[in-house]
Amino acid sequence: MASAAVQNKTPRKVLKKSTRDSLIAYSFIAPNFIGFCVFTLVPMVFAIALAFCAWDGRHAIEFVGLKNFVKLFTTDKIFQAALKNTIVYVIGTVPLTLACSLAMAVLLNQNVKLRNFFRTVAFFPYVASLVAVAAVWNMIFNPSMGPINMILNQFFGVAVENLPRWAAGKDTAMITVILFSVWKNMGYYMVIYLAGLQGCNPDLNEAAELDGANRWQQFWHITLPQLRPTTFFVVIMLTISGFKVYDQMYMITQGGPGTATMTLVYYIYNVAFVNTPKYGYASAISMVLFVLVLIVTIIQFRGSKGEN
Amino acid sequence: MSAAIIKTEASQKRRNFISKFLIYFFLIVITACMLLPFLWMLSSSFKLNKDVFGFPIQWIPKNPRWQNYVDIWTQIPLLTFVKNTVKITVVVTLLQLFTSSFAAYAFAKMQFKGKNALFLGYIATIAVPWQAYMVPQFMMMSSWHLNNTHLAIMCLQAFSAFGVFLMKQFYEGVPTELCEAARIDGLSEYGIWWHIMLPLSLPALSTLTIFTFVNTWNDFLGPLIYLTKTELKTIQIGLRMFITQYSAEYGLIMAASVVALIPVLIVFLSLQKYFVQGVASTGIKG
Repeated sequence: MASAAVQNKTPRKVLKKSTRDSLIAYSFIAPNFIGFCVFTLVPMVFAIALAFCAWDGRHAIEFVGLKNFVKLFTTDKIFQAALKNTIVYVIGTVPLTLACSLAMAVLLNQNVKLRNFFRTVAFFPYVASLVAVAAVWNMIFNPSMGPINMILNQFFGVAVENLPRWAAGKDTAMITVILFSVWKNMGYYMVIYLAGLQGCNPDLNEAAELDGANRWQQFWHITLPQLRPTTFFVVIMLTISGFKVYDQMYMITQGGPGTATMTLVYYIYNVAFVNTPKYGYASAISMVLFVLVLIVTIIQFRGSKGEN
Repeated sequence: MSAAIIKTEASQKRRNFISKFLIYFFLIVITACMLLPFLWMLSSSFKLNKDVFGFPIQWIPKNPRWQNYVDIWTQIPLLTFVKNTVKITVVVTLLQLFTSSFAAYAFAKMQFKGKNALFLGYIATIAVPWQAYMVPQFMMMSSWHLNNTHLAIMCLQAFSAFGVFLMKQFYEGVPTELCEAARIDGLSEYGIWWHIMLPLSLPALSTLTIFTFVNTWNDFLGPLIYLTKTELKTIQIGLRMFITQYSAEYGLIMAASVVALIPVLIVFLSLQKYFVQGVASTGIKG
């Protein structure tokens, strides 16, 4: 039936074949692309313009040039703390999550019993409702009553006054959030790595084993290079999601104590939606976030091109 | 000579045993870290507030307090929250699956002008954080009176570049000869997408389904900004509201959390079988 349709079409071909193919291709892309333009591209462009303006949503928009940015980098102490915290969070979570998820994927890729069970359990925190698991996390890491500190106190002999204050401590709040994030998100990246491992060629490992390579050498010289595209993808996703972090802080530390876990997105939210909205100023912070992500993406893109 | 061979065999066996032991050791340690918080949550949900932090931990409460699970339904409109979330999640997931696989097919298997530039544009949007343009997006939506509607959340979730990226990766692994053969047989591009690519890409589609489902279900900041009326709230912000209002009701909070987790757990377990099977059998490279 389909072939008959094509035979009918061929004689009265009006458009050049390449043009027609292009049009068909565009029709495939259109549904996603139109939605993407309206809800993503337009606001993006608007965001850039707004970063150079002052607007509270009620009065007229006022063009202020670079004033927003000057204020951010010279006098705004909260912004500077937020910028620093966001970078610390990324540096903390990316390598840790990557290592844990890769290790778990490699372990599961061995011939182990109960494989599905282990995989399901490792992936579940990622699907679990963030609010719910953050609530448990808050209780488990409760400085005065939580089981973690109870264990530290009773089994490891940490004196009550030396117990870490976790989310409530200025120095430990960020570590607590980082641990939580690694725990929560590891399973997602593990699944991506598992899929990547499925695509690896087992013949190469067998050949290497015959040549006397041990498991570690096989992993380092054969599996890991084959996983490079997967790792590239994972690093991109992890870094970008690290820069966007907000929910974890909102639920575990509320950005505190003080500004210890205030992040860029947290600050954008506060400036734009809490008290008197300052949309222009919030957009200026957004631009800083955008540039950060952009720099990382360009570095990674160049890096992956160089490797290939 | 033969003694030497036996010796190496024995040491080989020992090495295998040690590596097996280490594999299971690490697996069990990681799994315990993953699982114990949930068990603690479940056990606490059956306790009185004063017993939640009892130490040593009483994993199975002597007098399970079922009343917690009765009280939460009267304290907050949990059912409404669940309904709202299900509605948004299903619509977003369906839209996402359709538009992503559709666009990905063109990127992976067709030649057209501006293909590379367009795809680079998509990659770039993965890199542009939603949080960087959420403020103007919110103002745009409110000017269309879409704030405090579920439609707004659906629109901003349904057209992600991530889906296109994921599906394209998979489609590129499908042999091009398969499409060529179908083209020679006279199948249109839409036909190839529907009859060949979609059935072949079930593993990738289920991956995308579970990821979209989870992202939408767990989305917090979007609903927090857009949905301020209680009757419109999703499970995430509804539960959060409850936790802030009753911060010392530990048992109740844990019970509400368990209830919030159950739908995801069910969907996850039933889809996961299919999802894992799909990824494992055909593999991401096809």
